[in-house]
Amino acid sequence: MSISIQHISKSYEDVTALKDISFEVKEGELFGLIGPDGAGKTTLFRILTTLLFADEGTATVAGYDVVDNYKDIRNHVGYMPGRFSLYQDLTVEENLTFFATIFGTTIEENYDLIKDIYVQIEPFKNRRAGKLSGGMKQKLALSCALIHKPNVLFLDEPTTGVDPVSRKEFWEMLKRLQKKGITMLVSTPYMDEAALCDRIALIQDGAILEIDTPQEIIKHYPKKIYDIKANNMYELILYLNEYQYNHSVYPFGEFIHYTDKRDDFNPDELVQFLKDKGLENITIQPTATTIEDTFMELAR
Amino acid sequence: MRIIRYIIQKEFKQIFRNKGMLPIIFVLPLIQLVILSSAATFEVKNIKFSYIDHDKTSFSRALIDRFDASTYFNIITDFPSSRRANTAMLKGEVDVILEIPHYFERDLLKDKKTNLSVTINAIDGAAAGVENVYINQIVQRFNQNAQVGLLQPSDMKNVPKSIISIPSFWYNKTLNYKTFMVPGILVLLVTMITLFLSGMNIVREKEIGTLEQMNVTPIKKHQFIIGKLFPFWVLGMVLLTVGLIISKVLFQVPMVGSALLMYGYTAIYILVILGMGLFISNFTDTQQQAMFIAWFFVVIFILMSGLFTPIESMPEWAQALTEFNPIKFYVEVMRMVMLKGAGFTDILPQFTKTLVYAIIMNGLAVWSYKKTN
Repeated sequence: MSISIQHISKSYEDVTALKDISFEVKEGELFGLIGPDGAGKTTLFRILTTLLFADEGTATVAGYDVVDNYKDIRNHVGYMPGRFSLYQDLTVEENLTFFATIFGTTIEENYDLIKDIYVQIEPFKNRRAGKLSGGMKQKLALSCALIHKPNVLFLDEPTTGVDPVSRKEFWEMLKRLQKKGITMLVSTPYMDEAALCDRIALIQDGAILEIDTPQEIIKHYPKKIYDIKANNMYELILYLNEYQYNHSVYPFGEFIHYTDKRDDFNPDELVQFLKDKGLENITIQPTATTIEDTFMELAR
Repeated sequence: MRIIRYIIQKEFKQIFRNKGMLPIIFVLPLIQLVILSSAATFEVKNIKFSYIDHDKTSFSRALIDRFDASTYFNIITDFPSSRRANTAMLKGEVDVILEIPHYFERDLLKDKKTNLSVTINAIDGAAAGVENVYINQIVQRFNQNAQVGLLQPSDMKNVPKSIISIPSFWYNKTLNYKTFMVPGILVLLVTMITLFLSGMNIVREKEIGTLEQMNVTPIKKHQFIIGKLFPFWVLGMVLLTVGLIISKVLFQVPMVGSALLMYGYTAIYILVILGMGLFISNFTDTQQQAMFIAWFFVVIFILMSGLFTPIESMPEWAQALTEFNPIKFYVEVMRMVMLKGAGFTDILPQFTKTLVYAIIMNGLAVWSYKKTN
């Protein structure tokens, strides 16, 4: 087990950030921690990276206890905090050299690991880190987190505030790193990124809702989901909420995701109901379940 | 060692890249040294003097001439009545009103006795005291001369022998105020800059989040702290050097003692200040908080350092408190070494106290610095 978490709880003065969390991450796994802001993701990261002590429970990372062997952990993990936290007034190269030196290594020694990522920012190596674009900052931060060849990499919301193209690139980079045998724990509030992980844990209000592969989590969804669209989307939501058999109604992109309480639901009945309410151009069709639907269902 | 060296290198790069900070570090303190040393003086000069002469005789005019001749008094005007004079005092137009009574000359000649009325604006108590002394001296001198002029030859044997004291001012022969102030203000600058910069520096890393990144690295506490603080130690020494050069070239402050001793003491002293800065930054989350706390201490330290007000005249509890004031020791040492040429054994008490202070302060700072919370 690369990361093992046993009954971890943590409270700040009057808020409970984590409630009895337990899960395990296998060697070489890309594990996603999916949950909204304030779910406790960062607190868990800070405990695992030895920055914070848990109130209860134990955890090991790369075989080391987070309390007793914290020094070893610091040598073997890479941490990329959610906020860009490199030296903005140092250049790209200086930042990288700095972190390499701190870890007692050199850029050359582990260059093969970061090569894929670093070549993309190398043309700007003499630019101050503060002057980089958001996507490039992420790449630099990832390079710095990897420079000492960690066994386990923690990425706390690495793609928050990054444009869609850079996000996609970033995940491709993570996939490549995974092939090099690095275990990764990634947190993200984006449900679409969850599908890219090997396994995910859905977390809300400090508690784990479910842990499984994205495919299995979707399968667990008990209902059939319908995409509904009409000429007036606002009224559509109102009427759907009025409909006595509705189970859930969520806006989802250009559609409304609708589930019904009954197992023998006939969409035509609903269309008729909506027509009676004066809506036009109604389309209704079954659709595939996403992680987001599962999460919304679990979080109800 | 390599890690410490690299952190130091990084710190220096950051200092020199901060275009806003550089002038604050190097130019402002020196401007302060030049301005404060020339301007912050306790000498009372240019006293606004006015008089009401009811007598209007050669005697009263001679007395006023004496004030006119003094470099301390500027005769602003004469008033016909004390009411007008009082109004002017209220408006702050005059500091001193001398009222010469009717029959001043006649009474002095006849009865050998007369009264003068002096009114002094005592809003600034210290200045008023000094003004009073000046006025008394002038009146007394005038009195002596007048008596000599009035004496009859037959009275000669009764002339009282007056005692004249001629003071000799050691270590500052001409009572040059700058000689006294420059070492003190130099001390201030070295202290302020190193304390503020070191106090804000680590907090800054907290603010921008790099401290957290540093904390997950295997870097050791001492490596980080030494690496962070050493640059400011160097800066303090550079400031001292530049300050000493300015004192010598611009103010011709004598440097009797050994420069080596000054540097040696400063080296230890800056450690105290850096420890304090680190301690402050351990208990604050933003540069703003750090700045306020640093200011709080600096103001107390300065006002209780003996730089502007002599410690001997403070109440006893305050005197006891000054024993914890590193600036006090530094001011004493700098003045002793620069002006008196004190040797190592002379400053040994201050040296020892500072050293102990440095050890305690840095011990506390390192102890309170935590990588995990």
